[in-house]
Amino acid sequence: MYQEIILDHYKHPQHRGLPDAFDAEVHHVNPTCGDEVTVRVKLADGTIADLGWDGEGCSISQASTSVMSGLVIGKQIDDAMALQDKFLALMQSRGNAELSEADEDELDDAIAFEGVSKYPARIKCALLGWMAMKSAVAEAGWGTSADNGTAKAGETV
Amino acid sequence: MAFDVETVRKDFPILSREVHGVPLVYLDSANSAQKPQVVIDAEADLYANHYANVARAVHTLGSEVTHAYEGARDKVAAFLNAPSRDEIIFTRNITEALNLLAYSLSNASTTIGADRFRIGPGDEIVVTEMEHHSNIVPWQLLAQRTGATFRWIPIDDEGRLVESAIDEVINERTKVVSFVYQSNALGTINPVRRIVERARAVGAISIVDAAQAAPHLPLDVQDLGADFVAFTGHKLYGPTGVGVLWGRYDLLAQLPPFLGGGEMIETVDMSGSTFAAPPHRFEAGTPMIAQAVALGTAVDYVTAIGMHEIREHEKALTAYALDGLQSIDGLRIIGPATPVDRGATISFTLPGIHPHDVAQLLDEEGIAVRAGHHCARPVCVRYGIPATTRASFGVYTTTDEIDALVRGVDKVKEMFTR
Repeated sequence: MYQEIILDHYKHPQHRGLPDAFDAEVHHVNPTCGDEVTVRVKLADGTIADLGWDGEGCSISQASTSVMSGLVIGKQIDDAMALQDKFLALMQSRGNAELSEADEDELDDAIAFEGVSKYPARIKCALLGWMAMKSAVAEAGWGTSADNGTAKAGETV
Repeated sequence: MAFDVETVRKDFPILSREVHGVPLVYLDSANSAQKPQVVIDAEADLYANHYANVARAVHTLGSEVTHAYEGARDKVAAFLNAPSRDEIIFTRNITEALNLLAYSLSNASTTIGADRFRIGPGDEIVVTEMEHHSNIVPWQLLAQRTGATFRWIPIDDEGRLVESAIDEVINERTKVVSFVYQSNALGTINPVRRIVERARAVGAISIVDAAQAAPHLPLDVQDLGADFVAFTGHKLYGPTGVGVLWGRYDLLAQLPPFLGGGEMIETVDMSGSTFAAPPHRFEAGTPMIAQAVALGTAVDYVTAIGMHEIREHEKALTAYALDGLQSIDGLRIIGPATPVDRGATISFTLPGIHPHDVAQLLDEEGIAVRAGHHCARPVCVRYGIPATTRASFGVYTTTDEIDALVRGVDKVKEMFTR
């Protein structure tokens, strides 16, 4: 489960730090591990123009947030949400994910967390940053329908 | 017979299993202890050969099962050196035992003749900063219900109660003092008699949480002098689903019930009911029959080994483990760092490595430890840490297993620092 990629991201997290310019900030907590992450996003032209985060917790939560940041920054929001769905499905796969080559390409370093899906107690750790990102994007006003405009800061997954 | 850990281990079938292809090293007994075959058999035997409901049937099985259930009460009474078997109340676990007290105490506020227990605004309820949540939350709730003030005795940097605070925090306004004998998060063994004496001097009720003491230390309620002592069965090598509340009979006799129902009554009339004498007043409904009987077997099991022998075995293990763990550079023990007045439960942190990662990686080596705040979050807050890794030992723990732990922690450290 502790692949080199995960340890690398834990030791050298990407996009860590909270940018001054942002449209929304959310703080998510994983009560089982006590992991915490704060995510700030800035949206522009239907893309995630910038995202920064801060947090503390286990290697899985912190590395996953780092990987997520690298993958979604600059992406079209729709694509980022689709990727979030893919990662969620991967985490719910209990180690039996059936991924196409295109999925693997898209998930990139996030594939390293596949092993985590076999450990129910740790899945929330891997999802923490991704869920925070999704909430932050919704808070920032992406989409106009009620269902993606109502996520609250501090919501846990 | 002299204590021999290898002989003891043969009594526990689970200890021969493997995890991830390596022998299990179970260092999570403070969370829940493994079960000897005799305990597993006792529960099965009751169901296979003697089962019926207790106390009400006149038939042979009813008589046999009542005899077995009440026999377990006798065994627990002897284990605690209780003056009377009627002072032993079976509960679901220690959480329920403490809640039973907290609710009976607030019920006393509306019961004629229970003035001794009345709690209200201006009164104080005292715990310590090292309590398990199950000995914090029921008292916070009692304080809310009654308007009393919730207070606590602080802990120092080494994980011991601040001695100078005891006489200030426990004062003339104190009505209840509920505190842990041995801390589940720190391993600290508290000066029970010192606190009980102070509580008595100010006229407060004293309650001892012995969940982590019962499996590790000889318990003698008359020697401790407290008004109430509670523990849980599953940490004492017994089954889940059964715990014990011991209380001084004169107090139990004045306390109103917590739960109402069958078997706790004297007579029931549509215009009102009167209640049975202790212990049955506090055992409403069909109890955890097979579990109580198997707890009796667990008590027999540890008594046959000897609680003093178990204490000595674990004391040696604790000293050995403290030495081994402290040889790891950067490792910080959370709690007393010497084996003096501390039990076989050791919490620690490693810089830059989250306890959940430590526990997960140790699991891959077959080593079971707990990571988290151990249901004692205020302890983590006190030391400014999110969580700890905790290794806890029992009657079956060996020095080889502690060596495996130290090797395992070294390996984790290497993985995160290379």
